[in-house]
Amino acid sequence: MIRNITIGQYYPTSSSVHELDPRTKILITFIYIFGLFFVNSFIGYTFVALSFFGAVKLSKVPLKFILRGLKSIMFILLFTVALNMFFTRTGNTLFAIGFISITDEGLMIAAKMGIRLILLIVGSSLLTLTTSPIELTDGIESLLNPFTKIGVPAHEIAMMMSISLRFIPILLEETDKIMKAQMARGADFESGNIIQRAKAMIPIMVPLFISAFRRAEELAMAMEARCYRGGNGRTRMNKLCYKKKDGYAFVIATVFIIVCILL
Amino acid sequence: MEKKDSLKNNNLIEAKNIVFEYYNYDENGEKKDTIKALNHINLSIEEGEFVVILGHNGSGKSTFAKHLNAILTPKEGTLFVRGIDATKEENVWDVRKEIGMVFQNPDNQIVATIIEEDVAFGPENLGVEPAEIRKRVDEALETVGMSEYKRLSPNQLSGGQKQRIAIAGVIAMKPKCIVFDESTAMLDPIGRRQVMETMQKLNKEYGITIIHITHYMQEAILADRIVVIEKGEVLLQGTPKEVFKEVELLKRIGLDVPDTTYLMYLLNQEGFNFESDLLTVEEVAEAIWQSR
Repeated sequence: MIRNITIGQYYPTSSSVHELDPRTKILITFIYIFGLFFVNSFIGYTFVALSFFGAVKLSKVPLKFILRGLKSIMFILLFTVALNMFFTRTGNTLFAIGFISITDEGLMIAAKMGIRLILLIVGSSLLTLTTSPIELTDGIESLLNPFTKIGVPAHEIAMMMSISLRFIPILLEETDKIMKAQMARGADFESGNIIQRAKAMIPIMVPLFISAFRRAEELAMAMEARCYRGGNGRTRMNKLCYKKKDGYAFVIATVFIIVCILL
Repeated sequence: MEKKDSLKNNNLIEAKNIVFEYYNYDENGEKKDTIKALNHINLSIEEGEFVVILGHNGSGKSTFAKHLNAILTPKEGTLFVRGIDATKEENVWDVRKEIGMVFQNPDNQIVATIIEEDVAFGPENLGVEPAEIRKRVDEALETVGMSEYKRLSPNQLSGGQKQRIAIAGVIAMKPKCIVFDESTAMLDPIGRRQVMETMQKLNKEYGITIIHITHYMQEAILADRIVVIEKGEVLLQGTPKEVFKEVELLKRIGLDVPDTTYLMYLLNQEGFNFESDLLTVEEVAEAIWQSR
């Protein structure tokens, strides 16, 4: 059961957005975030939102799926909006209770902040929804490659990411197994206050860590046996290459950023 | 992949007087005692052979296997792999190119999250051209019969299937020899059978030398030669028939013999007079039928 969970939130389907080179998508996501910070008017936000909806339409990912990602940041979102609303002192005061006052400018700033955050989150989640974790790590490795000269371990970062992706489900399953084994011997993980429950987790963490270290050792040996010696002199089976589509995407992104700056 | 042409009579692996020790330390970091895992092992393996190494836990069989691929280097003695000195640090990668290794735990030797990516890992490390890697990956997956799964995640496979992926990952590097370090120990009977069939196929059709370390006697029957290791030394070697004849010796060092051999042994103890080198169920059934 737990083995089939997908890490990240990749939505597998075939669309022109899915087929783009991962590097294109990562760069365009950055351009999008950049553009979002340039605009500071409701017309601007409308334009960014429309561009976003256009991209969603192209990607064939259901909008519901994307908005679901907002749930996890609801608290931060509300907190930021509230903070901006209550603590902006400039502008005309609409009403005030004690030391809390709400001004028209405060409302405006809060609304803009909220919109900006929402667009930021949904926009970047579109990247992870349309790019598989493997493509994402390949893309990151390739983008970081020029920086290896100044000491960025591009290959190592990508290798670490892909090994983590490989072992997260395995370790989750193992946790489950250990918990069941402890429960079968009378361990209680459900009752008690938070400290007691945290204490009950120790007998799970210890064997899990031991096993993770053992796995790491064996994996390292297996990798060495297969002649792994870092990124130098290594080739890749699937080479990333930009296609015509990526060119179009960059043109659209350029238009987008220019409009953002003008608005 | 090239088919087996003619059985050349040159030794693929030549191990002479290999000694390997490891140490137990006490709390102060002082050497407490020395354990001789390998005690002057001499063994040569010819190209194209199917060798099974038997021995109970702690006999040194896995330690020996790890020498073949230069994961461990001997403290004393010489080890040549296709004429390359495997005890020299600078030859490590050349040796690993010739000798592939499949380990015990299928989960802990798969690196990538997509099966074909994992099979490509070895050739990628060797710096093979992308088009050639693609070709090798497809061939390797075909050979182990896992082509249809190539885009899946390894987590969706059974143990036997994962082990076959690990084998594919090794054969994509085109080694002359594959060492299976108790690769069947963690598998269910079906997975074990699949892996054994793959091993035989690689040996018979592609001429790859197989060194299989196991403690399942049924698997040892399939070998050209069995080597029994005990206390870091070669105790016995020969064809399965020759080795399993030594029922008492094997029992004494805590190893089993195949049920068929043991049955013949017990019958002979009771005064029957059967050949002592019968291995398969058919042979035994035939012999009993004949003796009526």
